[in-house]
Amino acid sequence: MKRVGALGVGTIVFHLLPLLGAILTLVPLVWMVGASLMAQGEANTVPPPLWPDAPTFENYRSLFSRLDMARHFFNSVVVTVSATVLSVLINGMAGYAFGKLRFPGRDKIFGSLVAALVVPAQIGMLPLFLLLRELGLVNTYAGVLIPYLSSVFGIFLIRQYVLSVPDDLLDAARIDGASEFRIFWTLVFPLIRPILVTLATFTFLGAWNDFMWPLIILTDTTKQTLPVALANLSGEHVQDTELMMAGAVLTVLPALIVFLFFQKTYVRGITQGGVKG
Amino acid sequence: MSRLGYQNGSAAVFLAPALGLLLLFFFLPVVIGVFLSLTDFDVYAIGNPGTARMVGLANYQYVLGDATFWKALRNTLYFVVVGGPLSVLTSLGVALLLSHRALRLQGIFRTIYFAPVVTTLVAVAIVWRYLYHPRYGLIDHVLSHFGISPIDWLGDPNWAMPAIILLAIWKNFGYNMLIFVAGLQSIPTELYEAASIDGAGAWRRFVHVTVPGLRPTFLFVGLTTMIGYFQLFAEPYVMTQGGPLGATRSLVLHMYEQGFRWWRIGEASTLAVLLLLITLVATLVQLGMQRTRKTNEIPRTAGPAPRGDAA
Repeated sequence: MKRVGALGVGTIVFHLLPLLGAILTLVPLVWMVGASLMAQGEANTVPPPLWPDAPTFENYRSLFSRLDMARHFFNSVVVTVSATVLSVLINGMAGYAFGKLRFPGRDKIFGSLVAALVVPAQIGMLPLFLLLRELGLVNTYAGVLIPYLSSVFGIFLIRQYVLSVPDDLLDAARIDGASEFRIFWTLVFPLIRPILVTLATFTFLGAWNDFMWPLIILTDTTKQTLPVALANLSGEHVQDTELMMAGAVLTVLPALIVFLFFQKTYVRGITQGGVKG
Repeated sequence: MSRLGYQNGSAAVFLAPALGLLLLFFFLPVVIGVFLSLTDFDVYAIGNPGTARMVGLANYQYVLGDATFWKALRNTLYFVVVGGPLSVLTSLGVALLLSHRALRLQGIFRTIYFAPVVTTLVAVAIVWRYLYHPRYGLIDHVLSHFGISPIDWLGDPNWAMPAIILLAIWKNFGYNMLIFVAGLQSIPTELYEAASIDGAGAWRRFVHVTVPGLRPTFLFVGLTTMIGYFQLFAEPYVMTQGGPLGATRSLVLHMYEQGFRWWRIGEASTLAVLLLLITLVATLVQLGMQRTRKTNEIPRTAGPAPRGDAA
């Protein structure tokens, strides 16, 4: 490939396109933040402003005082954090078993799990709702959590990583008389930490942003997570652009922060799944 | 090989939670769903399942004769067939830019491009609903500078689906972009160098080195994007409620409304089964297309490949 001069005109021209792309990508998010800081009615003027004249936090105050968004925020945090912790444990154990434990039918079972990745989650949602209804789990945190706890993708991710742990290390611990659970907890868990962080980030973002399942299983308003509450709110407060944007920021921000914090491991997880899948 | 034999006991303990959950709450519901699609399970049966009866394929007969189903299928296919490739091509284009050696601040660009992926779909769908406003929306305002008169994006049946596709591209391109970047990195640089030495220009290097080198990536990205796009739901739910005139009613939205609004469980289960079948067929078709392409593929050599391999 041609090498473009360090500070030449070519470099600058070449960067115009990515720069334009970055601006187009960011504008909706910048407008969201800008509008959330506007006074009521300010967003609905011509020409549409991108940023408020005098930023105000009034809309955020309304979210918490008038609309009880703190409760929905709390619901989202409880669901997301429990989903993350439990999914790392459950998928971590299963991924380790598929990667390192010897038992008959191992690769067959794993293969059929991976094949099931084609099945869209929505297919079973209705029966799952009826099933959880029988179990009395509608309108409970446990009911929302269930689909996030165990995932084929999660097991796959962990298993691929676990394969890189040397067998000799595990066998040595076994000869020393360590139980499998002890080996997993004290030896394997620390070794596969990076991929566990990846899975945790995936689960966190997936559970935090999920919409359809919580919409279905949480019929009681007080139990609803942020995205569901926001969708309901947008029906009642269509005209309150600024208020809605404050709600959108409140919903999006935790996900963005978690992403920025764990970006490296998260990105690695995506590319590994992509190249090997 | 196995120096210490099988570890059936501990394997069972390690697998039980994950496999138990998957069996009970993923595979079992799919099976129950197929069964329910053969019944007339409705709002009364929820209170008293005994009232539901087996009706054979009556639900399928009804759904296949229902114009709303065909409309929803057409809308979904529109989204998959137009939106899917546009998303993938956008991802590829940005990935090529991002992988260019001359690009400075790659990390920052990557983070920006990826940011929409991690945002909450419902929240950004609401944001875009305002951006699409024909009077106060930023998009029509910008377009007016180019002499384009305001488009009622979400109110016009012809523009509503393109509007949702545009949002989907913006929201999703960053994901496949990362996978393409990884795929591009896996192509050995010697191939490019050899092609250059043989006098291949940028375009020929792209067609004969980059495209064949990205084939496995294309397969993965194409499949996952297609399967994901078949599940279109939140965007129309939040932005258009399936309107205007049913122009954005997707299969999953249709299923949701039949199932959870009207409690026509039998019909909704039928829609779910049909969606699964359609997804499976589309997956097999795409796999088949990639296979035949592969058999026609010219062996990857360092020299410039003969013409006629444009994928």
